[in-house]
Amino acid sequence: MQAKPDIQKTYDLLVVGGGNAALCAALMAREAGCSVLLLESAPKPFRGGNSRHTRNLRCMHEQPQDMLTDAYPEEEYWQDLLKVTGGLTDEHLARTVLKHTETCRPWMYKHGVRFQPPLGGTLHLSRTNAFFLGGGKALVNAYYHSAEQLGIDIFYEAKVSDLDIDGDTFRSATFTYQGAEHQARAKAVVLACGGFQANLEWLREAWGPPADNFLVRGTPYNRGDVLKVLIAKGAKTVSDATQGHCVAIDARSPTYDGGIITRVDAVSLGIVVNKHAQRFYDEGEDFWPKRYAIWGRLVAGQPDQIGYSIIDAKAMGRFMPPVYPPIRANSLRDLATKLEISPDALEKTVAEFNAAVRPGTFDHTIQDDCVTEGITPAKTHWALKLDTPPFFGYPLRPGITFTYLGVTVDDRARMILQDDKPCKNIFAAGEIMAGNVLGKGYLAGIGMSIGTTFGRIAGEEAAKHVRG
Amino acid sequence: MYAAEDQPMSLDELIEDAQRVLRVCNACRYCEGYCAVFPALARRLEFTENDIHYLGNLCHNCGSCLYACQFAPPHEFQVNFPKLMAKVRGQTYRKYAWPGFLGALYAKNGVAVSLITALSIGLLFLLAGALNNPTAFFAAHSDAQGSFYALMPHNLMVNVFGAVSVFVLIALLMGFVRFWPYMGEDLADFFRPRALGEGVHDALTLKNLGGGVENEGCTYPAEQKSQARRMFHHFTFYGFLLCFAATSVATVYHYMLDYPAPYPFWSLPVLLGTVGGIGLLIGPVGLLWIKHQRDPDFKVPEQTGMDAGFLVLLFMISLTGLGLLIWRETGAMGTWLAIHLGFVLALFLTMPYGKFVHGMYRLAALVRFHLEKRRPVPGLASE
Repeated sequence: MQAKPDIQKTYDLLVVGGGNAALCAALMAREAGCSVLLLESAPKPFRGGNSRHTRNLRCMHEQPQDMLTDAYPEEEYWQDLLKVTGGLTDEHLARTVLKHTETCRPWMYKHGVRFQPPLGGTLHLSRTNAFFLGGGKALVNAYYHSAEQLGIDIFYEAKVSDLDIDGDTFRSATFTYQGAEHQARAKAVVLACGGFQANLEWLREAWGPPADNFLVRGTPYNRGDVLKVLIAKGAKTVSDATQGHCVAIDARSPTYDGGIITRVDAVSLGIVVNKHAQRFYDEGEDFWPKRYAIWGRLVAGQPDQIGYSIIDAKAMGRFMPPVYPPIRANSLRDLATKLEISPDALEKTVAEFNAAVRPGTFDHTIQDDCVTEGITPAKTHWALKLDTPPFFGYPLRPGITFTYLGVTVDDRARMILQDDKPCKNIFAAGEIMAGNVLGKGYLAGIGMSIGTTFGRIAGEEAAKHVRG
Repeated sequence: MYAAEDQPMSLDELIEDAQRVLRVCNACRYCEGYCAVFPALARRLEFTENDIHYLGNLCHNCGSCLYACQFAPPHEFQVNFPKLMAKVRGQTYRKYAWPGFLGALYAKNGVAVSLITALSIGLLFLLAGALNNPTAFFAAHSDAQGSFYALMPHNLMVNVFGAVSVFVLIALLMGFVRFWPYMGEDLADFFRPRALGEGVHDALTLKNLGGGVENEGCTYPAEQKSQARRMFHHFTFYGFLLCFAATSVATVYHYMLDYPAPYPFWSLPVLLGTVGGIGLLIGPVGLLWIKHQRDPDFKVPEQTGMDAGFLVLLFMISLTGLGLLIWRETGAMGTWLAIHLGFVLALFLTMPYGKFVHGMYRLAALVRFHLEKRRPVPGLASE
């Protein structure tokens, strides 16, 4: 499928991007009879954007469906979203996503996506999240296969650098492919090429020097080039450049593309300290899956953007094993030395913490009654003394999966301009518009929900626009 | 996809690399739905050499996990799980072989199997030739004359194949007896009926080539799910079983009913052997064909000889057996008989030192999987 791009041809639809949202849009439009060109900037082995790293879709359902247990009604989903975003969400668009997730799975299945029971260590998600068999890369592979079968033209390592936009109308896109510049002409365009998390200069612009200590957990191919063009050409933006899906990951992870395995799930079982060996947030605030996504920002707010998750032997084996082995020592002093923080300070912090721990019945599956008293910040659940050697430490850095600064859309996925008018033939889907729903915070599996919903809507609406 | 590092590694180097890769897999677990390997590894926090030998033999090399792997080469984590497990498996065959020095036959297994085959055929010709004058060897015999044994006295055949069989059985058993406890299991536990039953069921149905809950097949030879490998393996395995059944029935006829071979075409041994033989033609050819087509990322060149040697041997046994059936009343019978028995002898001789052992170790690993799944996970909290 890597022939020379047919630059003479005017396609019905150009899809910029090659992840879940892009593929959903391309497939929907193709099914509606459109000719479709899809330009993916990554090389084939890394195709699929951040969808490669995902594993599930957060789905509403009124009764058990497929692998989903019990019910996850729209209202509960909405309240969960409201809570993590602190209200920074467009309710109408959000509810569009929620409703869509109830009915989109048969279509996904038709295009080769398979679901499986929740993975080990994720039983708490069996009610809310439908897991892809083999994870997100398997989903991406299935969609690409379907796209090839249906005759969608796909080019890898095809980077879009500019868009010819005339007022509210898209004309063509400029892209480089195999060293040459080409024009892609189409009657409509779906922009589904992600955020800008891999653009370290842009992150530095937004965050200042702390950005130098960020790691990019997501794909290195989302550099935000198209987003920048859109902003320059009058798109109305949403959310801001400092917001994103940012979790605390192991500081030893690679700069890019570490994916899910770099996460450290030990936080709620111990304490987290900064480089001065001071605690800075309630580690037991809520269940880890509901809280993991705030720790990236929390660590980003600490000096030198580093934190240390510290647990004792009692916690070992109670959380998903991270990819990097813990730093281990038989005393807190030795552990501090190995972590290169002050042994005196760490001993003092742990002593104060241990003294504040009240007796309780530890149960990691519920919000138990193991709490601290008289220290700030408190630990409000699962607070056990750190008293059983060996002690373990994981160094933490902010790890950005994707950024939320994006373009505003309406419920037909049409991009909105600064004058609040929708474009005629420009649609956006996926992370480039996720900020409409997720102004901040994160809810496990909602990225794929947004991408699938708006990808499918964008494809459908683009087809309607082109074919009437 | 780009092929990963392709240097042949020693078992120690493989174990070290496997420990690295298994940490990645255990922190990810996206592949849990594909087969038994991933639930098995999720029971562990650390991976000892024993664990890796176990997981290596539990892996059926279906390929699903590599296609689904976000950390597969060219990603810097360089995770190519099926290939790594194939290499581990190959090394375990060598390690557990008995007597140990014959494990060296795995080093260049294709060559070893070919040489043993050539020698076996030669030996059979010598035997048949030494016992007969050329006229008798090339004469046309009618079935009624007990033609096979006219050339190859029954007792001699029984003595040669009997002795070899006993040795083969001992060698295979010794391999098992070394492997099973190394996984940390008591010998008696192998015979626990439920786990054994489930293990045998999985082996007979090749459940782990189903690709997960929907049983749509595995990603072999290419990325799209296919039942090809399962089907050709069934042809091979059940063909082999039917041929084995044919021999067993014939043995009963010979000793208990005093009814010596050759048997008419519509007799039970010949029918079983013919049907099984056809399976043994289709199966190995199919397996070789899809193996050849397979994505190069999976290929372990140093093991091609072992895999191909075994399949070619099975195919040739069947081909010569059917040839013998067709031409048994002609002057070519002696030649067919010697060649056929030569291939059979070679299969027997190489059974403990060739690809055949995969069945035994895989079954052991599957039974172990079903034993283990009933036990609480040590050191891991349940959710």
